[in-house]
Amino acid sequence: MEFIYYFGDVFTPLSFMLLLGGTIGGLILGATPGLSPTMAVALLIPFTFQLEAAQGLILLGAAYTSTVAGGAVSAILLKIPGAPANIATTLDGHTMAKQGQGARALQLSFLASAVGGIFGVLLLIFLTPVLAQWALAFGPSHLFWLAILGVTVIGTLDSASVVKGLLSGCIGLWLATIGFDDIMGAQRFIFHPALGGGINIIAALIGLFAIPQVLTMFAKGRHNTGAEVIEVQRHSILEAFRELFSRTRALSIGTLTGSIIGLIPGVGGQIAGLVAYDQTKKFSSEKDKFGTGHSEGVIAAESANNAMVGPSLVPLLTLSIPGSPTAAVLLGGLLIHGIFPGSDLFDNHPDVAWTFINSMLIGQVLMCIFGLYVAGLAARVAQVPQSVMAAIVLSLSVFGAYSVQGSMGDVYVMACLGIGMFFLERFGFSAAPLVLGLILGPIAEANFIQGGMIADASVGKASYFLTGGLNLFLIAVVLASIAYSVWMELRSRRYTTKEEAQA
Amino acid sequence: MRRMIAGAALGLMSLAGAAAAEEYPERPIMMMVSYGAGGATDFQARIVTMTSGNEDALGMPIAIINKPGAGGRVGWNWFATQADPDGYTLAAYNVPHFIAQSIKGGVEYSTDSFEPIANWGADPAVFVVGADSEFNSMEDVVAFAKENPGKLTVSGAGLFVGHHIAALQIDKAAGTKMAYIPTKGGGAAAMKAVIAGEVLGGINNLSDAFRAQEAGNVKILGVADLERNAFLPDVPTMMEQGLDVDNSSVNFRGVMVPKGTSPEIIEKLSATVPEMFANSRVAKKMEAGGSPMHIMTRDEVIEMWAQRQQTLNELLAGL
Repeated sequence: MEFIYYFGDVFTPLSFMLLLGGTIGGLILGATPGLSPTMAVALLIPFTFQLEAAQGLILLGAAYTSTVAGGAVSAILLKIPGAPANIATTLDGHTMAKQGQGARALQLSFLASAVGGIFGVLLLIFLTPVLAQWALAFGPSHLFWLAILGVTVIGTLDSASVVKGLLSGCIGLWLATIGFDDIMGAQRFIFHPALGGGINIIAALIGLFAIPQVLTMFAKGRHNTGAEVIEVQRHSILEAFRELFSRTRALSIGTLTGSIIGLIPGVGGQIAGLVAYDQTKKFSSEKDKFGTGHSEGVIAAESANNAMVGPSLVPLLTLSIPGSPTAAVLLGGLLIHGIFPGSDLFDNHPDVAWTFINSMLIGQVLMCIFGLYVAGLAARVAQVPQSVMAAIVLSLSVFGAYSVQGSMGDVYVMACLGIGMFFLERFGFSAAPLVLGLILGPIAEANFIQGGMIADASVGKASYFLTGGLNLFLIAVVLASIAYSVWMELRSRRYTTKEEAQA
Repeated sequence: MRRMIAGAALGLMSLAGAAAAEEYPERPIMMMVSYGAGGATDFQARIVTMTSGNEDALGMPIAIINKPGAGGRVGWNWFATQADPDGYTLAAYNVPHFIAQSIKGGVEYSTDSFEPIANWGADPAVFVVGADSEFNSMEDVVAFAKENPGKLTVSGAGLFVGHHIAALQIDKAAGTKMAYIPTKGGGAAAMKAVIAGEVLGGINNLSDAFRAQEAGNVKILGVADLERNAFLPDVPTMMEQGLDVDNSSVNFRGVMVPKGTSPEIIEKLSATVPEMFANSRVAKKMEAGGSPMHIMTRDEVIEMWAQRQQTLNELLAGL
């Protein structure tokens, strides 16, 4: 209960100002395509040079929390996921916005974010020592099976058919091999210097999601502008509250999945949203509504990606190992003040540690309040005529892709992938499985190679990958997931005719 | 006559060059770091350049641009082939990384593509084992490796980086064969593998290992450098423990410009930059972050690069 003692520090005038500034600034940065939470935090580090350690971390903590949530704004309104965490939010969120329910989608996403986020931070406060052991339990073989588990999700995620889902997943896996291989340094499919570093995931996200939509808007031409101006429905916050808590299943699956996956170093943040979305879909009684603007999809994805924030800091704060790129940047923010994460942090600088954690807790609430405030206004974006909208989304996409690393190469990659995806979508392929392949490919590959090398030097590949409680558990989940997909495919074949399946 | 015109033109050009160098820098300077934001190189680069806007330094701020990917190859490839040699594009170098990569091939740079300006830091590689490991000295490690050839798993940040070089040198000096496990995700992932017990030992940066030891997670058994380090006065060097391992694996970090930058600008930079590094505010921040400083002038760096090139050529020849 030590953290309550330090709550006062968050409410000193300067600290609270920084908290407010970090939250609002974070929401804006997060809503800007291409500015991922990692970048936003990195941009703020120089400001903390002049501040006290605790105050600097308040700024960073608040910004981290709110950029993750802010990413939902562009995901819902423009279908540009600002970071991998927001991919799943576009699936139902953007459809809702197109139906004029943007305000509802945004309110739900901010409320779900706050619930997930607060749960995640509470886990960080109360269970840190236990969780640290859990984070260490995942070695290369477990991460490999975890990535394979992700691959089994590909087939059922947002696709007309399992086969098409798997095919686009394979395209993603292939794209992931481009560039210098990180372990051996081998060059693969580098036809242009811009591809040397591989395909940047954020540039790819913008291209795959936003560009096909821009092309579709342009393809419609000018003749029907004005005809389909969407009426943006107002939505009261109270109703959003009521809806959120009537969807307890989506909320709890999202929050739990996000917290558990967020903990695993190197994997967490990127896939938490997608896995939570998929799990919620599988357990939902209204499976068919997913992808058509169903609120459960938004709730699951957003509660998961904010729930991951707290646990993702556990390895950093306890073991001094940054488990995610954002944690690595936060580590820099600590080191600049001469504070070493680990026991030193909690024993010798408890004021810094707890003020930082408290600021994330309060940051979640502030983020939710401001988010709800802007939701109604922001939703009007849907009223912008399509021809104008296409131009805005296109320029934001180019800006976003360029700003990731200040390189035109990423813009070309974004454009090529976007045009390719436009045609793939015409054939019923979807972007989400492709992106999942792109994210999981390197994780599976690197951990397999690394695990294989360790295995060869110790017990041999078979017993390294196939024995041990956690390995067997993960393999069992993988098999269950495959069996479930097969069963669903067979069942839907029995009830739908061939023509319907193709439609 | 023609020769006279050519001579005059040359003279004029050098005059213009000198004039440009006198005014240099007249706008902010960019420095490319070939690793991601938040990494050790990025973090240190931001600290050592933070005073460049001061009147007694360059008088213009230095902005850090990250071009991460493929262990630094992406950024250095870009710097060697596309950066303008106008003095406004600097880059951070990591030795032995870029030299080892250029020896192994597949990249478009070598020591001849760049002109060093000054060195700011030297982060030696250290040998770490988990806090509850039965190894207590390099002697124990070598004894185990001799009894179990190929069974001693040792993690490091990648192939042909300082960590790998140190592993190769230990193998060569002790006549052992360790199983070097390169991790994806840099030194942090390699350290996690040691703490979690996935590998028996690891080679990591002194600064990161120092933090992990402070947190009680690892034991540091040896430093791959010529002298003991001020951060770890109790940890013996490899040489003290009978292993002939010099400082070839020490991760030197510094500033360079592309080949073709005018000599006047190089001169101006190599006079000012080491002093900028020596600023007391910089030293304080670097020490607070556990980052060992080691300032070297241009001439010293040129010599160090040449030495590394030679040692690495020999070491990597058999691979």
